[in-house]
Amino acid sequence: MATTTASAANMAAPSVAAPGTEAPGTAAPITEGVTPVLTARGLVKTYGRVVGLDGVDLDLYPGEVLAIIGDNGAGKSTLIKCLTGAEIADAGTIELDGKRVQFRRPEDAKEHGIEAVYQNLAVSPALDVASNLFLGREIRKAGVLGSLLRQLDTKKMRERTREELKRLGITTLQDVTVPIESLSGGQRQAVAVARAAAFGSKVVVLDEPTAALGVRESGQVLDLVRRLRDAGTPVILISHNMPQVFEVADRIHIQRLGRCAATITPQSHSRTDAVAIMTGALEG
Amino acid sequence: MAPPKRRHRVNLKDEDMTPSIETESAAALVFDTAQTPVQRVRSVLHRYPALSPAVVLLISVIVFGMLNERFLLPANLSLITQQVAIVGTVALAQTLIILTAGIDLSVGTAMVLASMVMAVAASENGVAAPVALLMGLVVGLLSGLLNGMLVTKLKLPPFIVTLGTYSIFLALTLLYSKGSTVRGSDMPAIMTWTGKSFPVGGVSVSYGVVIMFVLYVIVAWALVTTAWGRHVYAVGDDPEAARLAGVRTTWVLRSVYISAGSIIAIAAWLQIGRTSAASPNAGADLNLDSITAVVIGGTSLFGGRGTVWGTLLGALIVGVFRNGLSLAGLDVLYQTLAVGILVIVAVSVDQWIRKAR
Repeated sequence: MATTTASAANMAAPSVAAPGTEAPGTAAPITEGVTPVLTARGLVKTYGRVVGLDGVDLDLYPGEVLAIIGDNGAGKSTLIKCLTGAEIADAGTIELDGKRVQFRRPEDAKEHGIEAVYQNLAVSPALDVASNLFLGREIRKAGVLGSLLRQLDTKKMRERTREELKRLGITTLQDVTVPIESLSGGQRQAVAVARAAAFGSKVVVLDEPTAALGVRESGQVLDLVRRLRDAGTPVILISHNMPQVFEVADRIHIQRLGRCAATITPQSHSRTDAVAIMTGALEG
Repeated sequence: MAPPKRRHRVNLKDEDMTPSIETESAAALVFDTAQTPVQRVRSVLHRYPALSPAVVLLISVIVFGMLNERFLLPANLSLITQQVAIVGTVALAQTLIILTAGIDLSVGTAMVLASMVMAVAASENGVAAPVALLMGLVVGLLSGLLNGMLVTKLKLPPFIVTLGTYSIFLALTLLYSKGSTVRGSDMPAIMTWTGKSFPVGGVSVSYGVVIMFVLYVIVAWALVTTAWGRHVYAVGDDPEAARLAGVRTTWVLRSVYISAGSIIAIAAWLQIGRTSAASPNAGADLNLDSITAVVIGGTSLFGGRGTVWGTLLGALIVGVFRNGLSLAGLDVLYQTLAVGILVIVAVSVDQWIRKAR
């Protein structure tokens, strides 16, 4: 479980006092004296005259699900895009395992083990499941066929895909050779999450993974999120769905007007409080 | 109309594991449902996009063969392949671009430009034939590079970019050649070699047809077995999703336009061989002819779907229709009419197939 990982890292890690996250109720046990996997400080991102992020701090601790909530335009997606290299922040720093990193492209973040599933942009519909899982990092055949003729090892990729789906307990996808477009919404999302999970050794980021799904399919995706966390991978989850957030998150980062209004836990605050902080009715 | 009822087959083995999720997942299986025969046909056609043009080609060959006994003579079949070689090669280039959800209106004039550079260099400038061919290849490659850079750097729609370069290449051709045709007899033999034939069991096959076929094999192989091929499809499917998945979309697009330009330069060589001349006024229509072949071949104009073999079949279907109708004694206008109807039917069928789930 998450807490075991946390206490193991307890000794060596100097406590990181988070300047800027002055919200009360932040002190959940999971964060005490543990080095965050991912730290962002003072992230700023503007689009012309529109301020997307106005100095955001964020900490992600080992083995936790950190939910990011906020109203439309609060900067949720911009925040995770900056964390995953899809956008470049104008100012601010990102540290991974205490080391400063700079992501100029999604590939840079991927190389560091940060994987993301972006809203509505998760998969290539015409390609099959295995091709989607390995899109952008295909496995080539060994020997001359691979190095000189650049031939792909389709068989190996399909095998690895089956293994990965099995590891994540995704049993709805029996055939990894079918094109994504013939799958249901939940199955597509499962493929996208599986891809992130397969390569996200450090952090997995999910942007509204359940937005287009029904109740049952949402449940399956949330289950995947839990399994990922239990396997030790911290997850950042953006969601509009308050019940889901309170069900699955260990901590909740509330974005408001391009800033972090507060970081709470499902234990410290109620859903009503969270909504109040989101809308500015309650000071974080 | 009410949607057809779906029956769910529950895999009993799966039920032994964690119960709650497993029963749910069985219900989420979509492809494991009963289909009507029509739906089944549709999903097969969806999975193998080259199948419908193959069926059309087969039927049209049989029908034209019954209409006129001369149609199936080896000499006539050989003629059809030779007539198809140039548009088939250009359509191969066009397929690559359409797979990325682009379109290339400049293929015809780029080909003419390359052919004029080859011909003028080899005849008037006295450049050695291989070097002249290489110069043409470079011109084709550069034409592709120009299109590719305009599409990726300025982020202009490919339609607009190639509409512009269509005129630019046409003007450059006329300026360079001063509007005059270079005859094949004024060029070294290598230049017109592609028009020569060799016999294969009574049928004469031109070297141009062989070159076209080899190009198809190479491109098909690259599209199917390499990561680059997957990326071409992914970029055409959804460029942003591909980019976020780590595909270097700009690089993929440029490589596609450059490859297309190179293929077009080879088509220029085939053109010189086939017509035994290089004319600045030939081939500007190849843009629409190549798009026709691609579309009849079942490749989606929206990108991400299709095969090069479909395009070859599409080019052959057009060739068979034109040849068969003229053997049946119909006016050229009716051939054009038939091709027009074919395009619309092909796209309608394609739309219908796309609805398959």
